[in-house]
Amino acid sequence: MPPDSANPPGAAPPLVHARDLTVRFVTRDATVHAVNGVDFDLAQGEVLCILGESGSGKSVTLRALMRLNPPGVTRVSGTLRVGGHDMVAASARAVADLRGGLVSMIFQEPMTALDPIFTIGRQIRETILRHEKVSGAEADRRALELLELVQIPSAKRRLAAYPHELSGGLRQRAMIAIALSCRPKLLLADEPTTALDATVQIQILLLLRQLQRELGMGVVFVTHDLGVAGEIADRIAVMYAGRFIEEGPTGALMRAPLHPYAQGLLGATVHGQRRGTPLTTIPGSPPNLERLPEGCAFAPRCPYTEPACLAAVPAPRRPVPDRAARCIRVPDTAQPPAGIAA
Amino acid sequence: MILYILRRILYTVPIALAVGFVCFMLVQIAPGDPINAILPADAPKEVADMLRRAYGLDQPLPVQFWLWLTHVAQGDLGRSLATGRPVTADLANAVGNTLVLAVAAALIGFVAGSVLGGAAAAWRGTAVDRGAIGLAVVGVSIPHYWLGMVLVILFSVLWPILPATGISSDGSGSWAWDMAHIPHLILPAVTLAVIPTGLIARTVRGVAGDILNQDFVTTLRGKGLRPFGIFRHVVKNAAPNVLAVMGLQLGYLMGGSILVETVFNWPGTGLLLNTAIFQRDIPVLQGTILVLALFFVAINLAVDILQTAIDPRVRRG
Repeated sequence: MPPDSANPPGAAPPLVHARDLTVRFVTRDATVHAVNGVDFDLAQGEVLCILGESGSGKSVTLRALMRLNPPGVTRVSGTLRVGGHDMVAASARAVADLRGGLVSMIFQEPMTALDPIFTIGRQIRETILRHEKVSGAEADRRALELLELVQIPSAKRRLAAYPHELSGGLRQRAMIAIALSCRPKLLLADEPTTALDATVQIQILLLLRQLQRELGMGVVFVTHDLGVAGEIADRIAVMYAGRFIEEGPTGALMRAPLHPYAQGLLGATVHGQRRGTPLTTIPGSPPNLERLPEGCAFAPRCPYTEPACLAAVPAPRRPVPDRAARCIRVPDTAQPPAGIAA
Repeated sequence: MILYILRRILYTVPIALAVGFVCFMLVQIAPGDPINAILPADAPKEVADMLRRAYGLDQPLPVQFWLWLTHVAQGDLGRSLATGRPVTADLANAVGNTLVLAVAAALIGFVAGSVLGGAAAAWRGTAVDRGAIGLAVVGVSIPHYWLGMVLVILFSVLWPILPATGISSDGSGSWAWDMAHIPHLILPAVTLAVIPTGLIARTVRGVAGDILNQDFVTTLRGKGLRPFGIFRHVVKNAAPNVLAVMGLQLGYLMGGSILVETVFNWPGTGLLLNTAIFQRDIPVLQGTILVLALFFVAINLAVDILQTAIDPRVRRG
């Protein structure tokens, strides 16, 4: 959570620049505060993992990055720039030009995220033809290359296959091929391994990591799986009730989380504890996003709550330059970093 | 694919036979003796028996069915008890007239219904949606014989730009694509199209609405497709379900609306059936019902094959 400072002269602007990003869903019955002031920057080629449980706002944040939340009910405010483009104010037409080109997305369910009655080849081809002035034959050739890039065996035959003729893993590879078809600078991944078998999960993760390095893409990866986050992320942001409650480099954050919620989350997973150590759980349940508490949203479940927690939402505090947590127990000793890039 | 189509065509043979059997039996179990209908009430019993033998009505039922079937297979549906003319010729003319009316009404109804329903689905929850669905409900609810009469009053009497009844202005009883006939088609076709319009609008709205809620539409938006690009996907995904409803509607329209054909005095199958029922003209009744039922079977077959061509998941074997 870097401060809202200008870029130092000469430094490349970040790929994603979000300040006080807020997303609400407004219907006649209720207003759901899904994302409540998210600040972050993502550098070219960097992988950020947003970690959180269901309903923490991680998918909504991700979709906001390409304005893919349901139109009509979604209200976005704050600052959001992707590749220098203002994603809050841009026209629908301008945003559609960026989607699939500059920024593209992989979804959780490869089963339902592909059109069941169009062949894989055609779904890749139409993406290429949408964004680039190439011939149909050239688009077909690129589609074949892409299937080979995502390591689909007998790629040529698979171009003519319908989604239901492929296994879950192959379908997700095809999904990745579609997402990469116009060489995006930013890839958004919405729990892309959650619906897959454990062995296939690892293959897809390794493939994504490899492609990310080869193509130098920035990636925002959403998951509730700590293992997945540790595998792929440079930095991790832990999300709770629509806010980044902690952010930092993957290794440091996983070794010693600062925020009580992040500590609870890590304590509730098997990762390198001594044998026989019981897993801890976090009591209670996440807050209702229609009526958020005044203070820290985690306070009702937190073992360390004190009156100050309930008064106002804690501002991010930085014990060391590269890390931040929204908890009043964390010392705020580090100077804000001069630059924005992590 | 070809194998599937061949097998699907083979399936229609037993269905057609069963349809034929039902047509045959329906008339057998209907009350009333056709011989009484053509003879004066005081005709001697010998004459009635002679006539019964001549028509083969004294034979056991299975024999009558077999005789009937072999004649039908040769295109001989018998002679009308009322007019003595061959049923096939009268029926062919009526079916041709109704086909023109049904196809015209279907075209109007399917296009208008798809536009209304598509607009309602695209602008769900807005005034467009409520307006389109309101129109659809009105369309399904209006009695079409009443609408037919209102249209005649409006466009033939108060503002006489279209003929009120009949199929032609030159007195011919069969259809032709010329200016003596085409103006006669407009009012009955519009009247008949109103119900299919409403049904198709509601179907399209429901089916397209479901598809727009599916995950893959988010993927399509995420690929940057413009509304027209997404529209193509929605149309193709909605087609199998919408075609099924359209097929049924076309089948009903082929049955000819007895009421609409009567209001407009359109010499089609509806009018033919109406007359045959009142005259107990069994051969005409049987022949008409059989041909209409076979139309239904054929339309279902066509819809099935189209669905298979569109949706690869239907394909088997």
